[in-house]
Amino acid sequence: MTSLLEVKELKTRFFTQDGVVNAVNGVSYTLGEGEALGIVGESGCGKSVSVLSIMRLIPDPPGKIVGGEVMFEGRNLLEMTADEIRSIRGNKIAMIFQDPMTSLNPVLTIGRQVSEALELHMGMDKKEARQRTVELLEMVGIPEAVDRVDDYPHQFSGGMRQRVMIAMGLSCNPQILIADEPTTALDVTIQAQIVELVKRLREEIGMAVIWITHDLGIIAGFAEKVIVMYAGFIVEAAQVKELYGNPRHPYTIALLGSLPRLDATTHEKLVSIEGLPPDLIALPKGCPFAARCEYVLDKCLEENPSLEPVGPNHYIACWVDVTGGAA
Amino acid sequence: MADKQVLMQVRNLKKYFPITRGIVVQREVGAIKAVDDISFDVYQGETLGLVGESGCGKSTTGRTILQLYRPTAGNVHFEGTDLVNIKGEELRRMRRRMQMIFQDPYASLNPRMTVGNIIGEPLEVHGIAKGKERRERVQELLRVVGLNPYFVNRYPHEFSGGQRQRIGVARALALNPAFIVCDEPISALDVSIQAQVVNLLEDLQAEFGLTYLFIAHDLSMVRHISTRVAVMYLGKIVELTDRESLYLHPLHPYTKALLSAVPIPDPVVEEKRQRIILEGDVPSPANPPKGCNFSTRCPVAIERCFEEEPEFREISSEHWCACHLV
Repeated sequence: MTSLLEVKELKTRFFTQDGVVNAVNGVSYTLGEGEALGIVGESGCGKSVSVLSIMRLIPDPPGKIVGGEVMFEGRNLLEMTADEIRSIRGNKIAMIFQDPMTSLNPVLTIGRQVSEALELHMGMDKKEARQRTVELLEMVGIPEAVDRVDDYPHQFSGGMRQRVMIAMGLSCNPQILIADEPTTALDVTIQAQIVELVKRLREEIGMAVIWITHDLGIIAGFAEKVIVMYAGFIVEAAQVKELYGNPRHPYTIALLGSLPRLDATTHEKLVSIEGLPPDLIALPKGCPFAARCEYVLDKCLEENPSLEPVGPNHYIACWVDVTGGAA
Repeated sequence: MADKQVLMQVRNLKKYFPITRGIVVQREVGAIKAVDDISFDVYQGETLGLVGESGCGKSTTGRTILQLYRPTAGNVHFEGTDLVNIKGEELRRMRRRMQMIFQDPYASLNPRMTVGNIIGEPLEVHGIAKGKERRERVQELLRVVGLNPYFVNRYPHEFSGGQRQRIGVARALALNPAFIVCDEPISALDVSIQAQVVNLLEDLQAEFGLTYLFIAHDLSMVRHISTRVAVMYLGKIVELTDRESLYLHPLHPYTKALLSAVPIPDPVVEEKRQRIILEGDVPSPANPPKGCNFSTRCPVAIERCFEEEPEFREISSEHWCACHLV
C-alpha cells in the first residue's frame, strides 16, 4: 500500500491563561491509499486536535502547531499558504464532525450547503451543482432527495443530518475522509446505519478514512489499522486484529478490560483504571500513564518511552513488556 | 434469585405531556405520549435495566415512578403504598426510601453548595441528623463512595466527572433508600471512568441490599449490570425478561435489531456478524403509528401489525413481549 498521508512528529499546543496545554505531543503515522484508520482515546487525549491540525483548523490564537510535518501528495500541509490549504480542505481531504446538530448552518437550505463546495472546488454552475447535490443525497440514503434539497436542517433528524454532512464531505470525491466521532451523538440503530453507509461508500469510492472515536467497538468492525492515544501521545498502534487479540500496552489492555461486552458469557467485574488522565498543562516527566499503570517501574516515572516496534506493524510506547510477546 | 419479593409494582402507567397552542388562552391540541401504558414489577434486590433509544420514554418512566412527574394514569405500588394517591408530607416520607442518580454530573450538583451541604441537605430536610452528627454521616458517605472525607468543604467544580458522579451517588445514599433510579449515570463519563462508577454501584448494591432501576442506552453495560432487562420503544415496553434470555433469545424484532446494532470490541467477532439495519427514524410520540408502534420500521411486519396493537403478554415464564408474531 502506498502511503497517501504521512504525519511526522506533529506537535500542537494551546497557549492559554493557565499555561501551555500540550494537546498533541509528537504524533507520527501513515495512512495508506484507501486505508481505514481508527484513532481511539478518551476525551482530552488529543485525537481530535491531531486531525484538526492536519486540516489546519486549529484556532490560532490560542492554538499553534509547533512542530512536525504532514506530507500529502509530496507537499507539507503545514507549510502551505491559507489559499493552498483551502484548495485541499473539503476537496481532497474532507471532514465530518461529531455534532450534526451544530455543524450545519440553520438558516441555509441543505441544498445550498452541499452545493457550495461543488461550486467552489469543482467549478460547477448552480444547475449542475444542484443536480449533483440531489445525486449525493440519494447516495447517502436520503429518501425523496429531489424534494428535500430545499429543506432546512431543522426539518431533518439527527441521523439524516449526519447523512447530509457525509454527502457534503463526499461532494468533491475526496481521497481522505476524516470522521471525528460522527456517531457519538446518535442512537445505536442510527449509528449502525451510518457505519454501514461509510463502509459502503469507502468501497465504492475507494477513499481512505480516518475514524476518530472513544468507542473501541465501532473501530473493531471498521478499521484496518488502529492507533490508541493517551495524553497527546500514541501509546499503541497495530493492525486491528492484532490490537484486539494481542494488546501490549497496559493502557490498551485496561481499556479493553473496562468495556462490558454484549456477547459476554460470564459476569466478571470490569477492570477499572483508577485515577484520572494527567493534566496536559503539567505533563509528568516520565510516561503519561505511569500514575495509573499497574506495571509501573521507577524508569517509567523518569523517562517517557518512545513508540517502538514489538512485532510486525505493531508499535507500543512502554518500558515494560507486559505480555512477554505471548499471543 | 430464590424467592422473588416484589418491591415495586407499576401498573398501566401513562405520562402524557400536553401540547398547547395560544398565548393568553392555552388550548390543548395534542399530547406527547412519553410513557404509554406500561406495567412491570421490580423485585427486591435486583437491578432492572431499562433500555431504549433517545426519546423512547425511559427517563420519563424513571421520573414518573418516583412521582417527580405525576402520572397521567396508572398505579405505582411501593412498600405497600400507592404512590399515585398520596401527596404532601406522606409522599415526602416515602421519598426517603427511593432516590435518583442523575445523568449529568455537571448539571445535577448545585455549583454554589459545598459537597458537605449537597450530601447533608437530605439529612437535614428529613430531620435525620444535624450538626456534628450530620458532618460525621457525610464523611462516612464520602468514604463509602470512595472519596476523601476531607473533601466536605470543597465545591463541585473542583472535581472531575467521575468524582462528581460519586458525590451524586453519596447524596442518593444519604437517606438509606431501598430503591434507586439510576438515570444514565455513566453516559457522560469516559470509558475508563465508567467502569469505576459501575463497580461502585455494584459494590454498594451488595453492601446495602439496594434495588436499582438502571436506565441506559448502552446495551453492553446493561447486560453487565442488570438482573432483568426491559426494552422500551416509543413509550411502551416491548420486551421484558431476565438478562440471559433477552441477550441470547430475544423475541421482539426491535430487540433483535437493537442488539445487532451494538458493536462488539472484537474484530474477529465483528467480521462474522450479520447486522439488522433498521430503516428510517423513530416516529414522533405525539403521533404514534396505528397498530404496533414499531410497525413502521419493523422488517417482518404483517398486515395485522398496522391495524391492531399487540398485547404485552407473558410468552413463557418470566418472559414478556408485545408482538403479534411471537
